Amino acid sequence: MSITVSTSENKEVVIHISDEMTIYTVLEQKNSLLPYLKTGHTIHVDLSDVSELDSAGIQLLIFLKKQALKIGAEFKLQNHSQAVFEVIELFKLTEFFTDPVVISAEWKLS
Amino acid sequence: MNDMESVLITFAQEAQELLLEMENSLLLLEVNPDDSEVINSIFRAMHTIKGSAGLFSFTPVVSFAHEAETVLDSVREEKRQIDDELISVLLACRDHTENLIKYCIRFPKNTLSDELQVKSDALTLALNRNNTVLQESATDVLQNLGEVNVDLNGNWLISLCFKIDAFRMGIDPLSFVRYLSTIGEIQAFILLNQSVPNDDDFDPESCYLQFKMALKSDATKQTIEDVFEFAADDCDINILPPSSQVEQYLSLLEDLSDDETVLLGEMLVSVGVLTENDINRAMQTQTQITQSKPIGEILIDQNVVQAEVVEKALTKQQQIKNKLSSESSIIRVDSQKLGQLINLVGELVISGAAMGLMIEKHGIQEAEEVSATISSLVGNIRDTALALRMVPIGETFSRFRRVVRDVSKELNKEIELEISGSETELDKTVVEKINDPLTHLIRNSLDHGIESPQARLDSGKSAQGKITLNAYHDSGHIVIQIIDDGAGLNKQKILDKAIEKGMVSSDAKLSDQEIYNLIFEAGLSTKQQASDLSGRGVGMDVVRRNIEALRGNVSIDSTDGKGTTITVHLPLTLAIIDGFMVEADKERYIIPLGMVEECVEMNSSEWKIDEVQHYVNLRGVAMPYLKLAEYFNPNKQITKNSRQSLVVVRTGEERVGFVVDELHGEQQTVIKPLGKIFENLQGLTGATVLGDGNVALILDVKNLMNQVHTC
Repeated sequence: MSITVSTSENKEVVIHISDEMTIYTVLEQKNSLLPYLKTGHTIHVDLSDVSELDSAGIQLLIFLKKQALKIGAEFKLQNHSQAVFEVIELFKLTEFFTDPVVISAEWKLS
Repeated sequence: MNDMESVLITFAQEAQELLLEMENSLLLLEVNPDDSEVINSIFRAMHTIKGSAGLFSFTPVVSFAHEAETVLDSVREEKRQIDDELISVLLACRDHTENLIKYCIRFPKNTLSDELQVKSDALTLALNRNNTVLQESATDVLQNLGEVNVDLNGNWLISLCFKIDAFRMGIDPLSFVRYLSTIGEIQAFILLNQSVPNDDDFDPESCYLQFKMALKSDATKQTIEDVFEFAADDCDINILPPSSQVEQYLSLLEDLSDDETVLLGEMLVSVGVLTENDINRAMQTQTQITQSKPIGEILIDQNVVQAEVVEKALTKQQQIKNKLSSESSIIRVDSQKLGQLINLVGELVISGAAMGLMIEKHGIQEAEEVSATISSLVGNIRDTALALRMVPIGETFSRFRRVVRDVSKELNKEIELEISGSETELDKTVVEKINDPLTHLIRNSLDHGIESPQARLDSGKSAQGKITLNAYHDSGHIVIQIIDDGAGLNKQKILDKAIEKGMVSSDAKLSDQEIYNLIFEAGLSTKQQASDLSGRGVGMDVVRRNIEALRGNVSIDSTDGKGTTITVHLPLTLAIIDGFMVEADKERYIIPLGMVEECVEMNSSEWKIDEVQHYVNLRGVAMPYLKLAEYFNPNKQITKNSRQSLVVVRTGEERVGFVVDELHGEQQTVIKPLGKIFENLQGLTGATVLGDGNVALILDVKNLMNQVHTC
């Protein structure tokens, strides 16, 4: 399982994804992430170890975000990896996810 | 005639043509209500009439045409649905416009008569009824992108709709976007995430992504399209060139040389605004959708090109077409001038023949060749001059569509009109004169021939009746047939009526054919109740007289319960024919060459000639014959000529032999009508002047044949 869940507080979940988010993994990831989306809960997804993000991956993130908005949960992304950042930038989704992105000095200029 | 009058005449003619075109278009629209080309042509007709009428300040026409035009415009812009009702109203409008124009031309100063004014108002009201405005449904890429604050003019607008299986097919939309950013700068990007389902239906392995983006790039359309080459099967791609480049495309289109292709698609590809793929896709769509739609519209709908560019291309296309057609365009010529030309050609033919005779007489060998060339040239000139007056009968035929439509509505019958052989040509003067008789015959068929739908169903036929108009050429004649699949003629009824009226004696033995032809006699109608259309027993005799005045004839054939066929034979032209000259008792006669089948020697020892019955055995077939010398000089003692010839003539299936003394061969014959005194002469249709100044008589073969059969 590439997902580690740590509950910091009540109704606050931090999920750490330590795998790529691509067409090969999205089905599994969806099934494991969706149950945490509950009304009133907040999910922080830590993307620091996502080595690769493709269209299917970003689509899954969009879906989860929308789903969260629908049922009244919070879905937040944090610690974007460079791969994730690039895709979000390319697709101009920064505003959609509304999460602050910390640009690491180590990232290479693409 | 002053200038104003001649301009008025031109206006009337032009309006007449436009109205005719409008009528045809409206009838077409009944079959195919979505044909925008047809709607356009109707609109144009009304628009042009309005404009021209305005020049003469025919206010009633202008204001009425304006109403019709407004409605047509909303139809054209798809704001109003066209239906049968509207077509009927528009047809009525067409007729009314015609009346208005006639009225205005006759009384340009007067105000409109009350009757016409009332009609105008009623039609205006009818036009504006049910003004159902269709909803706008089109969505626009530009609109969506417009929400993003980017300068759209300088950018390529690309929209990508990936198919649901795109991920599974190994397509990663991301990679295209990445690649695009290498050939240009992505100015705006919209991911249409509305399409991502936000419930349990979401399958993370399916693709729901749709993008629209604005790309700033100097690449050509082809380069950009190539980016998506691999995705073409799994993605709907629209690439709209930057508006700023439109100017460039427009000027490129302007510069296209005129002799280049006139296909819209090819033009657009050649200036680079479209790629081959765009065209192919549009063509596919065009074949898929049922109603026909111009390729330009499809291209705009698919958002691969700006409307402006397509319009420009269309104008250019039209320009090229115009240029092509202006080289072979139509010239209006006064028919009198044509008549004059044909008369002159007639004189030329006669003089040519005279010259040929002189040369032969004096035996000038050198001149013979020249004379032969001249006579073949004269023949060509004659044919061309006559062809100038030849018009296809189709135009006349298509007018009857309206007649059939109106009459069948009036009679509550369902009748379909089928037209064949409409390309058959005949002399304009004949066409003009045949119109009325034909109308009468068709109305007759509609009224008497075709039964009511119920009666048809009862007798096991389809409820819809059919009238066929057919035309074809046959031995120098044009044959026009009006065929209905109605009840057929009732022989007994016709016979009873004829006996009652004293036309035939009650003990007369008549063949079926003779009985049928009785309906062309004056005063005979079998219809119990006369209607508006027909049945008063006045008309069929007039029809026959009119047709015979054109040297034609009419016959009728019928099968009980199956239908009736009326056949009209008419000469192709009234001016010059190819004739075959023969001589009998020193008198020269011309037989129309098209009717001559063969010439054989009349040898009494070989032929079994029945002198009493006037029959000859021609290769085992009995054929009636007529001795021309005896027929035209019945009381003269004719010295028996040692050698006689038999000219076999044919019309349709009938054959007859004419016995003559000498054969003179082919002769170009200018038909000169006989004087009034000879009007009732049977067997002759006219005369011609020969090269040596003598007169030869032209035989009316049809008429002579009938005489042969009766004597």
